[in-house]
Amino acid sequence: MSAPIVTYRECCKQGIRAALLADPRVFLMGEDVGRYGGCYAVSKGLLEEFGPERIRDTPLSESAFVGAGIGAAIAGMRPIVEIMTVNFSLLALDQILNNAATIPHMSGGQFAVPLVIRMATGGGRQLAAQHSHSLEGWYAHIPGLKILAPATLEDARYMLAPALLDPNPVLIFEHIMLYNMEGVLDPAVTSVDIEKAAIRRPGRDVTLVTYGGSLFKTLEAAEDLAREGVEAEVVDLRVLRPLDQETILASVRRTRRCVIVDEGWRSGSLSAEIGMRIGEEAFYELDAPLRRVCAVEVPMPYAGHLEQAALPSRERIVATVRALLRPGS
Amino acid sequence: MGLFRMPSLGADMEAGTLVEWLVKPGDKVKRGQVVAVVETQKGAIEVECFEEGTVEELLLAPGQKVPVETPMARIRAAGEAPGPAAVPPPPPPPTPAAECIEPRPAAAPSAAPPPPPPPSAARPAGLKVSPAARRRALELGVPLDRVHGTGPDGAITVADVESAARGAAAEAPSPPPTPAAAVPPVAEPSTPVARRGFDPVEMRKAIAAAMSRSKREIPHYYLASTVAMHRALAFLEATNRERPPPERLLPAVLLLKATALALREVPQLNGFWIDGGFRPGPGIHLGWAIALRGGGLVAPAIHDVDKLALPKLMAALRDLVGRARSGGLKSSELADATLTITSLGERGAESVLPVIYPPQVAMVGFGAIVTRPWVDEAGGLAARPVVQVSLAADHRASDGHLGSRLLAAIDDHLQRPETL
Repeated sequence: MSAPIVTYRECCKQGIRAALLADPRVFLMGEDVGRYGGCYAVSKGLLEEFGPERIRDTPLSESAFVGAGIGAAIAGMRPIVEIMTVNFSLLALDQILNNAATIPHMSGGQFAVPLVIRMATGGGRQLAAQHSHSLEGWYAHIPGLKILAPATLEDARYMLAPALLDPNPVLIFEHIMLYNMEGVLDPAVTSVDIEKAAIRRPGRDVTLVTYGGSLFKTLEAAEDLAREGVEAEVVDLRVLRPLDQETILASVRRTRRCVIVDEGWRSGSLSAEIGMRIGEEAFYELDAPLRRVCAVEVPMPYAGHLEQAALPSRERIVATVRALLRPGS
Repeated sequence: MGLFRMPSLGADMEAGTLVEWLVKPGDKVKRGQVVAVVETQKGAIEVECFEEGTVEELLLAPGQKVPVETPMARIRAAGEAPGPAAVPPPPPPPTPAAECIEPRPAAAPSAAPPPPPPPSAARPAGLKVSPAARRRALELGVPLDRVHGTGPDGAITVADVESAARGAAAEAPSPPPTPAAAVPPVAEPSTPVARRGFDPVEMRKAIAAAMSRSKREIPHYYLASTVAMHRALAFLEATNRERPPPERLLPAVLLLKATALALREVPQLNGFWIDGGFRPGPGIHLGWAIALRGGGLVAPAIHDVDKLALPKLMAALRDLVGRARSGGLKSSELADATLTITSLGERGAESVLPVIYPPQVAMVGFGAIVTRPWVDEAGGLAARPVVQVSLAADHRASDGHLGSRLLAAIDDHLQRPETL
């Protein structure tokens, strides 16, 4: 009997379910997570299974329920807070930066904040400029936070458990275009780390660094390039903070070229940080200028064709790599 | 505003060291004026400016070693207002008049300049080389100006350096004979001048690089003919009888002039192979291979040999040999040759198969003039002075039929010495 086909959404749900079953201190809290089943239907059915004490619908006030989650974590609970999209999380930025990320430091280590915040990120579903941005790079700027970006089914399923074990606040960014992704959950995998980047495709000619929703575009682009004789290595960051610099640098030292694919805007972005680290640590290894494929620096358009034009695409990745490796073509 | 740049004095030159400035800011300079002395592998070279104007600023201090094409000075064209102190280097031609020294064909094929950037972008000076390629070139000892860049914007990549190194290594086990071995010392007193000497080790490296490249890249073909010299030598004897010893002509001038006139008839052999095509030389500027004490060799050019009367040509040749030995060659002499001649002189071997100096497309060799049995026009046998004239030519640029025409034309001119 072959393993069943599952979706990324189902993997997220099974991760939460397993956490709820494993530890009575764990509870899920957020807008529409209970009766509605989650705006991306991740928590559908959990209210029935675990009851309203552990699956809690909150008022539409990100600052209030994130703050409540921080308090619960300090008090010994293991809250999973869901924020509907990263754009809305800005209302809770004060809680996340000034409290969650800071209290362990300001208390001299007396208070841990073992909080997990999950949120949806990214564009591609015509949700326009207030629901479609990729702001995880901003959070990756903040010391005291751990930032995860699960792209594969295994990471969606298993990253939550180590995140809950972490004594510090962990933010998990789930790209909205991944929820419907289907596949077979590798039965050999029963846990994952939340420290290392992963090489999703080995290659010798160029390193493509990416994460989250851009991973599969990048892998598809790598397949296109392979047909032209270009072997791209694809690094999935998985952890946006702290960056697994060693894996990135080791790959770039092998291939000597790097293109960073990041759905965030490029000015002051995570891609800028990665490029700079490569410049600092591997300058003499480089055989070509660093390049980036990022979202176009505009508020995300509503119109479908404009939205697609604004997002990193397989074609733009291929063209960027081609220009590095085969400038004549 | 012109930028006076470190010139490339041959395909094998990567960098030069400024020895001294012969001008200072505010000086007026003329086209062809020697403005600086630059130390290269070929010794100290007097570098000429190719623009009229006023020296605005010297950008290099003596002792500084910089890559070819690095700006050395800013020169304000006549009539132009003084510029701001810091202007970015202008984009490369299409405005050659603004460039003090234009890229020379001698350096072009391997250090092919990157395609011109969009008009708004100022081009940084020097080659584009990736950091990794620069380090690899250092490890392998590959001079970057002989590496063809295939990366973005024509930048040199690690693969380019490694393939250049592989090419060089393939040639290494059997270094081709260089014309150096063939050029006899000319009886000229050597005048050692400390500053203007050359480093034989460095020069050997330069010769090795140029000759390896020649044999690596140029598919040579060789032709040779025996040319009767009794008419030419009789003409020379008659001419010299009326001249004081210092002004007497040597057979070399006849060979030079005959070759120059023959090249007028076969211009396809006078020029360069650049970027996959033949580019005719701008004149008939003949390089003359000169052996140096200490084992070096240079082949500086005499310009417009076809237009020089024999006495002037003789004076030019004496001057050139003297300056080559003492280290006073000019940049244009090192870079401009459109075809090179090696002549073995009276104590040399009877024939020579030359190695073309890239990117030239041909080289002409003359063996020693020797007396041999000769069947003359009437069918009679006589002892005659003869010379073996040989041609090495680039088969990419020409075929043997054309090469034969050049040798025949040289022969023809040497049989009519009074027209030389």
